Amino acid sequence: MAQVFTASADTRLRAAVLLAFLLVFLAVLFVGGYADSSYGTLTGWVRDQPVPFSHEHHVAGLGIDCRYCHTSVETSARAGLPATHICMSCHSQIWTGAPMLEPVRLSLASNTPLAWNRVSRLPDYVYFNHSIHVARGVPCVTCHGRVDRMPLMSRAVPLQMQFCLDCHRDPGPNLRPAAELTRMDWSDWDRHPEAHKDYGALMVKTHGIDPAKLTQCNICHR
Amino acid sequence: MSDMATERDIRIANKPARIPLRFPAPRTWWLCFAVSLCLLILFFVAATVLLLEGIGVWGLNIPVNWGLAITNYIWFLGIGHAGTLISAMLLMLGAHWRNSLNRFAEAMTLCAVVCAGLYPILHLGRPWFFYWIAPYPNTMTISPQFKSPLSWDFFAVLTYLTVSILFWYIGIIPDLASVRDRARTRTAQVLYGLAALGWRGSAWHWARWRQAYRITAVIAVPLVVSVHSEVSLLLAAGPIPGWTSTVFPPYFVLGAAFSGFAVVLMIAIALRHMLGLADLVTARHLDLLARFLLATGLMTAYGYWVEVFDTLYGGDLQDVETLLDRVTGSYAYTYWSAVIFNFVPLQLLWFSRVRASPTILFLVALSVTIGMWFERYMLVVTSLYRDYLVSSWGSYAPSFWEWSLYAGMLGVFLTPFLLFVRFLPVISAFEVKEALRETGDLEHA
Repeated sequence: MAQVFTASADTRLRAAVLLAFLLVFLAVLFVGGYADSSYGTLTGWVRDQPVPFSHEHHVAGLGIDCRYCHTSVETSARAGLPATHICMSCHSQIWTGAPMLEPVRLSLASNTPLAWNRVSRLPDYVYFNHSIHVARGVPCVTCHGRVDRMPLMSRAVPLQMQFCLDCHRDPGPNLRPAAELTRMDWSDWDRHPEAHKDYGALMVKTHGIDPAKLTQCNICHR
Repeated sequence: MSDMATERDIRIANKPARIPLRFPAPRTWWLCFAVSLCLLILFFVAATVLLLEGIGVWGLNIPVNWGLAITNYIWFLGIGHAGTLISAMLLMLGAHWRNSLNRFAEAMTLCAVVCAGLYPILHLGRPWFFYWIAPYPNTMTISPQFKSPLSWDFFAVLTYLTVSILFWYIGIIPDLASVRDRARTRTAQVLYGLAALGWRGSAWHWARWRQAYRITAVIAVPLVVSVHSEVSLLLAAGPIPGWTSTVFPPYFVLGAAFSGFAVVLMIAIALRHMLGLADLVTARHLDLLARFLLATGLMTAYGYWVEVFDTLYGGDLQDVETLLDRVTGSYAYTYWSAVIFNFVPLQLLWFSRVRASPTILFLVALSVTIGMWFERYMLVVTSLYRDYLVSSWGSYAPSFWEWSLYAGMLGVFLTPFLLFVRFLPVISAFEVKEALRETGDLEHA
């Protein structure tokens, strides 16, 4: 009877096993890299919107405060997307015939809201409340980035759990004066750390913030 | 070397290696396989419904949030332990008679551990995130809670599965080579040859094999104790009356061995009948298994007794209430079914005439398997359905999809096991031959 296997069969089997291990290892590396990549987390990727609304123009150019449009950010879990009427508070007067604003006029005429696509999305099992974060002094820019430099809106940070926990474990350094929360540029604040070195600790004490409680599961997962 | 080993004995000892190539009972096998495939399909349907609809399709709710899934998890895992005990412990004790039983007992362990492992995963609200229980570098910057038995559970089952696979596979390699050498078709030669990993039976091979096999056995035996102790701690670590007795770890381990020996006995009798292996799995083997069943059964009965004594001696009001609920409450039938199915037919095994009758042995083992299932169900449900506060009392009845998943899980157990029976040597032929040479008698092999 002829030999079933050649003399090199053992070596080839070993090579195949090694290759299989290598492939599994690379697959794990790839999945890990993907999960943390900007492609996986959608960081910096512009989302299509029904109207190409420019935060850069409205915030940096015109100086409109965030809360003019996102009206419920101080009082509710959601910051709120503006009703078409809010757009129309200006655009019934200016750029009234601009073709770019056709969907806005259509929305007003047909009494149906504009269907914006969510940029900063948290998973459904995360309970996030805007109002408490604003009340304690977390500025908009921390999570939403420099929207005054975004002609079209994209996600600024990965919004993964580690991002939330970094702050919940040590909230002090991220707190800012309540009156200036919608400020985009905090470079002067960062340039002079000695000017506000006790501010974070003071605010943590004033508001009775307890980091040990902030990292309990049911703070965000209810 | 003994000259008492006859031609006939050697031919019989070689039989397991011939079975995969010329299967003696194809019609019975196909019938069994068809049934188990149907059950397997049922499993996929039940699991899909669960994944799509969520855990709400089960009858679970507060206060009974552990039901059939955890019952079956404990039951399957326990059944698996007998395979490891027979294989690894008896190997280290040098009991030659294990050689006729260890291979299929280990295969049974593997299938049972897979079934057991699937249950906690399916029980998660979001099963697709089951890997979150593993400690890996993640974007959540959190790690599993190592103080929790739930996290131990992950490691226990995974370790047990890995070691069981290794032990079974290392053990089967020389026999795979033996099937390869007997195979007629090229496909069979190549497939069995690949699986045999180039085994040529040189002295080097045997020396290394012996080392690897023994080391794995030494790792496997303590796992039986640690894994099922850990399972008992899943229950005992919570402040639930009826789950806090200190007898729990040994009680669970012995119950596991008890139910496992029952299943091994049933499989031994079925295989012996189906494949005509009465020369290899002899009356003496069945007798020994029956004795083991009786011994572990009596130890389990002692566990029942200690649990009752413990409760009454401790005198904690809530514990005593739970005990009364068990023996007289709405689920009293589970307690008494467990006691009756486990321990009443078992007493027949005191008689040597009964131990010589495969049919009665099979029925007794079946009764024990059912009884142990009732025990697990009783332990899970009776402790939960009456919470501390009367306002939190509730009840539990498994839903249609829970029963479907259970029936389907039997398919998950049977399908790979039947494939093993059909395509691999069900008995360790080379170890039987070795024992035959040393003792000169198949009875002892």
